[in-house]
Amino acid sequence: MPEPVAGEPNGTTAAAPEPTARTKTAPTKTAPTKTPTPPTRAAGGVGTPLQERSGGVGSSPTRPDAAAKANGAFDYASDLEFPGMLWGHTLRSPHPRARLVSIDTAAALAMPGVAAVLTAADVPGKRYYGLIEADQPVLAIDEVNYQGEPVAIVAAETLDLARRAAEAVTVEYEELETHWDPEEAVEAGNVFRYQPVRLGDPDAQVPAAVVAREYVVGMQDQAPLGPESGVAVPSGDGGVSLYVATQWVHSDLEQIAPCLSLEPDRIHMAIAGIGGAFGAREDLSVQVHMAMLALATARPVKMMYDRAESFVGHVHRHPARMRYEHAADADGKLLYVKARIVLDGGAYASTTEAVVGNAASLAVGPYEVEHVSVDAWGARTNNPPCGAMRGFGGVQTCFAYESQMDALAEMLGLHPLEFRRRNAVAQGSKLITGQIVDAYDPERAGGPSNPGRPFSPLADMLGRFKDIPVPAVPAARDIVELPGGTGNTTHGEGVRRGVGYGVGLKNVCYSEGFDDYSTARVRLELVDGETVAFVHTAAAEVGQGHWSLQAQIARTELGVDRVELLPNDTKVGSAGSSSASRQSYMTGGAVKAACEAVRELWQGRDLADGPIEATQVFRHRVTKPMDPVTGQGESHVQLALCVHRATVDVDVELGLVKVVDLTCVQDVGKIMNPVALEGQIHGGSAQGLGLAVMEEMITEQGRVRNASFTDYLIPTILDMPPMRLRIVENADPEAPYGLRGAGEPPTLSSTPAIVAAIRDATGLALTHIPVRPEHLTAHLGRQP
Amino acid sequence: MTAPQATASFYRPADLGEALRDLAAHPEAVPVAGGTDLMVAVNYRHTRPAAMLDLTRIAELRAWSDEGAAIRIGSGVTYARICAELATVLPGLAAAARTVGSPQIRNRGTLGGNLATASPAGDGHPPLLATGATIEIASAAGRRTVPIADFFTGPKRSVLEPGELITAVIVPKALGPQQFLKVGTRNAMVIAVCSLAVALDLDARRLGTGIGSAGPTPLTAPDADRIELPWARPDLFNDALAEEFGRRVAAAARPIDDVRGTAAYRRHALAVCAARALRRVWTAAHGTEAGR
Amino acid sequence: MRVELRIDGEAAVAEIDRPGESLLSTLRDRLGLTGTKNACEQGECGSCTVLLDGDPVCSCLVATAQCEGREVKTVVGAVPRPVRDAFIACGAVQCGFCTPGLLVSVADLLEREPDPRDAQIREALAGNLCRCTGYEKIIDAVHAAAEAMSSEAISDGVPRVPARSHLHHNQWINVSNIPRAAGDSTEDTP
Repeated sequence: MPEPVAGEPNGTTAAAPEPTARTKTAPTKTAPTKTPTPPTRAAGGVGTPLQERSGGVGSSPTRPDAAAKANGAFDYASDLEFPGMLWGHTLRSPHPRARLVSIDTAAALAMPGVAAVLTAADVPGKRYYGLIEADQPVLAIDEVNYQGEPVAIVAAETLDLARRAAEAVTVEYEELETHWDPEEAVEAGNVFRYQPVRLGDPDAQVPAAVVAREYVVGMQDQAPLGPESGVAVPSGDGGVSLYVATQWVHSDLEQIAPCLSLEPDRIHMAIAGIGGAFGAREDLSVQVHMAMLALATARPVKMMYDRAESFVGHVHRHPARMRYEHAADADGKLLYVKARIVLDGGAYASTTEAVVGNAASLAVGPYEVEHVSVDAWGARTNNPPCGAMRGFGGVQTCFAYESQMDALAEMLGLHPLEFRRRNAVAQGSKLITGQIVDAYDPERAGGPSNPGRPFSPLADMLGRFKDIPVPAVPAARDIVELPGGTGNTTHGEGVRRGVGYGVGLKNVCYSEGFDDYSTARVRLELVDGETVAFVHTAAAEVGQGHWSLQAQIARTELGVDRVELLPNDTKVGSAGSSSASRQSYMTGGAVKAACEAVRELWQGRDLADGPIEATQVFRHRVTKPMDPVTGQGESHVQLALCVHRATVDVDVELGLVKVVDLTCVQDVGKIMNPVALEGQIHGGSAQGLGLAVMEEMITEQGRVRNASFTDYLIPTILDMPPMRLRIVENADPEAPYGLRGAGEPPTLSSTPAIVAAIRDATGLALTHIPVRPEHLTAHLGRQP
Repeated sequence: MTAPQATASFYRPADLGEALRDLAAHPEAVPVAGGTDLMVAVNYRHTRPAAMLDLTRIAELRAWSDEGAAIRIGSGVTYARICAELATVLPGLAAAARTVGSPQIRNRGTLGGNLATASPAGDGHPPLLATGATIEIASAAGRRTVPIADFFTGPKRSVLEPGELITAVIVPKALGPQQFLKVGTRNAMVIAVCSLAVALDLDARRLGTGIGSAGPTPLTAPDADRIELPWARPDLFNDALAEEFGRRVAAAARPIDDVRGTAAYRRHALAVCAARALRRVWTAAHGTEAGR
Repeated sequence: MRVELRIDGEAAVAEIDRPGESLLSTLRDRLGLTGTKNACEQGECGSCTVLLDGDPVCSCLVATAQCEGREVKTVVGAVPRPVRDAFIACGAVQCGFCTPGLLVSVADLLEREPDPRDAQIREALAGNLCRCTGYEKIIDAVHAAAEAMSSEAISDGVPRVPARSHLHHNQWINVSNIPRAAGDSTEDTP
C-alpha cells in the first residue's frame, strides 16, 4: 500500500491492527489554556436553533476523505495489498440454467502458481446465504440457475494466472429449460412474494375519465465505478480478517460466518474504501469466496471483479411489467387506482421481498385515493438476480403512476401540476396502506398558502415551479448542445422541445416491522491539550458524505473542532446498511445520541481526569408489517418527496434526446450539509436520467447481452444538463434535527419527468423505459 | 507479482523496414498502434498474443503529407490529430474523428488501426468510402495499394494478409462540402448505431457516400450516388430529392438487429441522416437559397 | 521483459511477463501505484487516465512495453494543486473513484484552454464517467480551478482555491448562445 501522505487524511485503514485515526480534520485551534467545558445548552433538535459552529450541522466542511481521494492516496478495496497475497478469481456459469454434470479441476491445479481451486464441496459450513432468505449457493450445487452463477473459485500468484486457471477448470453442463418470463412464473406461482393492497371498492365507482395502460421498466444496473473487491487475511489461528467494500458489514458477517463454519468473533471485518454502491454492495459478492481461499491456502487472498464480471456479480434493479388503471371524477379527483405489478426477481431471493413491499405500498404515489386494488409480485426466474438499487421498488411504480397522472390530466384538460395538486396528500391524509401522513413541521400545518385546509407539502412544492421559468430555446447552439452531440445528426432539423413533470415518494429507513437500528461510540479525550471527539461506527461511507456528517454532528453536539473517525468495522455494533436513504437518520441519530450521552457525563467532570466514552443504539419508531390480504399497516418510518421538471430537446425524426434542464424541488426536512445534499440530488437525478433514456441490461432468455460499459451506457457529462435546485425544509419532528433521507427521492422523480417531457415533444404515449430511439421513430413508417 | 518468465516478446521497430522484417521473421507478432481495439481483447482474454510489434515509434507512419490533390495520412496518425490538423482539407474525416470514442481514445486511436480492425462500426470508414480513399499496404515482399471500396471483406475482415501492415491512407482533398453524421444512443462516447458520410465533389459534379454500422462491412451506396442533382439550376433542389436520396441510402444498407438498435431503425435513421446530409452539402455549396 | 520509463518524474523499471500487459496493470499491480483506478479495462470510463508523453490516454489500453523511454504522469504528478483543491472545495468528489482520472483530464484541458466554456468542458470530459455527482460540481470545479490558476491569489507560490459557499448558488448556467469557436466547427468547410 502506498504510504499515507504526511499531513493529509489517510484512508489507509484496512491493515491497521487497532482502531486508529482514519480521518483527520485539520485542527484549527491551538491548545487551550484551560480545560474545556461542555456546551452550556443542548444543541440540535427540531425547533431548537443549532449552536453556530464552523464545520457543524448545516455547514459544508471539507470532506475528510476528499484530499486523499484527489491525490490518489485513498485506498479503495481494489487498491489493497498484503505481503504474500494471492489473487482469487471466480469461474461462472455461461448458461442461465443447467445441471452440473461434472467439474474437473485437475488441469487448473496443475498449473504452476495455482494455490487452490475450490467448488461447492469445499464450502466449510452452510452452503447457502442471502440477505433475507438464505437461498443462494456460495458455489453452485448440482445446478446453476442464472448466467454468471459462481461455480468454482481459484487462488493463484497473479490475477492473470488466476483468471487463466479458472478457464482451465472443465465443467460439464447439461443445459435445462430456462424460465425467463416473469409473467409465466407468476402464473405458475413461482414467486418470492405476493403483496396485495385493498382499499374501498374500485369496481363500484363511476368515473368521468379512465386511463388504462401497460408499462415496462428495463433492468437497470447500479454500475458503481469501483469494482467488487476485497482481501481476506487469515489470522493464523483459524480465524480470518476481511477488508471489503460493502454497504453493511454486520449483515455480511452474519451471512459469512455460518458459511465458513466460524463463530462470528473469529472473523474481523472492516470496510475498505468504497467506489460507489447504489445498492450493488448489499448482497455478498467476493466475501465468502475470498475467505474460503484464504483459509484454504493460509495466505491473504484478494479478489477484484473486472467490469464484465461486475455486471453479473451483483444484483440489479428489478425489471417490471405493470398494468395500471387510473380513474378520476369530473372535478379532477382520483376515484380509484388498479395496478398489477410484476417485478422480476431473477434466480435468487436477495431483497425482492422488501422491494415488492415498497412497490405495493407506494404504488399510487403521494396522492389521495379511496379505492385501490393493487397486486404486486416478485417473480422467480432464471434471469440475473435482482435486489437493491437506489429507489428500491419505488422507481418502477413511480414511472407508471406519474405517467398515468399525466395521461389523466390530459384527458381532463388539466395542467399536470394542477391535477397533481388537486390530489396531493396533506397533513392527516392516508396512504393506500392506511398510514397517516403526519411527518412534517406542524408549524406549517394550515399555513398561509392554504388557510383552513391541512398543509400539503406536495402542493406547496408543486407551486414553487411557477417562479422558475423553463429555459428559453437559444437562438444559436453548438452541436454538443443539441441531441446527438458531436455525432452532428442535427443542426436544428427535427428538434422539438418538451417539458414534463415527475413526483416521487420514497420511504426512508427499513419498513414493515424490521428492527432497524444503528450504533455509535463516541469518546471525548484531551490530546495534547486539545479536546478531540473520536467517533466509531460501522456505517459505510459509499461516497454520500457520511463521514463528514458524523464529524459535523460531533462538532455541533460537543462543541469541539477536531473529530477523529475510527475505521468502520465489526468492533462496534451494527450501523445497518448505507441504503434506504437511512444513514443520516440512523447513524446520524446514533452519533447524536452518543454525543448527548457524552455531554451528559461531561457535566461536572474534568476531561483531564480521563476520557469520556458512551455507546448508544438508535432506533427509529416501530413500523408494522403489511397485512398479507389487504396490505394495510403503518409500514413506513418516514416519507420523502421530490419533484422534477425536465426540459428536453428531441430530434423527433431520429429519436435522439438531449435533456437541456432539470429543475428539482425536494423536501429534505433539514439541510445537514448543503454541498453533500446537492451532490446527492444531482447524482440521483443523473441515475434517473440514465433509466429514462439509455440504461438497460438486456437479457435474452436469461442471457445478458451487454455486460460492458461499451453497451451498457451510463450518462456522460454531455448527457447531464445543468440543474436548478430548490430545497424545502419541512422538518420531521421524529427525526434527528428534523432531517429527511435525501439520497433516493431524486432517482424516482427524474425518470418520469424526462419521459413526460419527451412525450410533450413527440406526442407519443411512451410506456417503456429506457426510451430508445426506435420507440420514438417506429410510428414514422419511413422505412423503405 | 511473481518473477517474470523470459518468454515475452515485444518488438519496437524504429522504421518501417525494420517493422516489416520483424513481422516476416516473427509472424506470430501482433501489430499494435493505439491499442484501443487490441488491448480490450487482451484485457478480457479474448486474445493472448505471444508477441507484439509496436508501431508507435515509426516516424513515417505518424506523419501526414500534402500530396497536391490528396492528403497522405500515415496509418499511425491519431484521430486527435486528424481532427485538429485536417479539418479544412478533409472535413468529413475530421468530423468523424471528432466522434471517435473519447478524448483519451482519440489521443491513441489511429486511422490505420481502425482499418486493420475493419469493424463495420469504425467511425473513420464512411468518410474514406465517400471520398474514394486508397489504402497503402506494405510487407517484406513489397507495397500495394487497395481502393477503400475493395478493402473490407466481411465483419472485422479485410484484404490485409499476414505479414502486411497498413502504411498510409491517401484521401482526396475535399472538392466540395462534406458531412458526417453518427447516430448513437448517448450524446458522447458511443459506438455508432449507424453512421453516414457524404462528400460532394463540385468539380466532377459527383456525390460520394459511405455507410457505417449498417451491414457486415462499411458500405457504399452507388445507387444513391447516382441520383440526379440539379447542377445547372441548384435552386431546383428540393425536399423530395433529399428524401429520395435518403431512400436510396437506406436501401443500400444491410443492417441487423442487435443490442445497439434494430435493423428497421438503422434504415430509418440512415434515410433521415442522408436527406439531412444532402440538404446541408447542397446548401453549403450553393447558398442558403438553394432548395428552399 | 524489462521496460524502463519515467513515472511522475521518476525513473521506473517494470518487469513484465507478457507483451500484452497494460500500463494500468503494471502501475497498480506491479509497481503499487494505485492512484490510477481500474474500473473497466475497455477505455470506456476514463478512471485510468494518465498523461503519456503529455497526452491524456486510458492506461488500460496502452501496452506497458510500448512505454519504453516514455514519460507517464498519473494523478500524483500530472495535476496542478489548484485543480485538486477546486475539486475538494466544490464538492466534486463523492466516492472519488473517477476523481484521479478526471483530474488528469482537467489538468490537460486547462493546459490547452485556460478559461474553458461549459461546452468545451463537457466535450473534453466526455470520456470520464462519474456515477455519483451528476457532473454539476465537476463543472463548477473546473471553472474554480481555471479562475484560481489565472488569479493573483497565490501564496507559497501556489494559487489557492477559496472555500466556496454552495447553497442555492446552483442556478441554471446558460450554456447556450455561445458563438462557435473556429476549432469547434463541423460546418461544411470545403
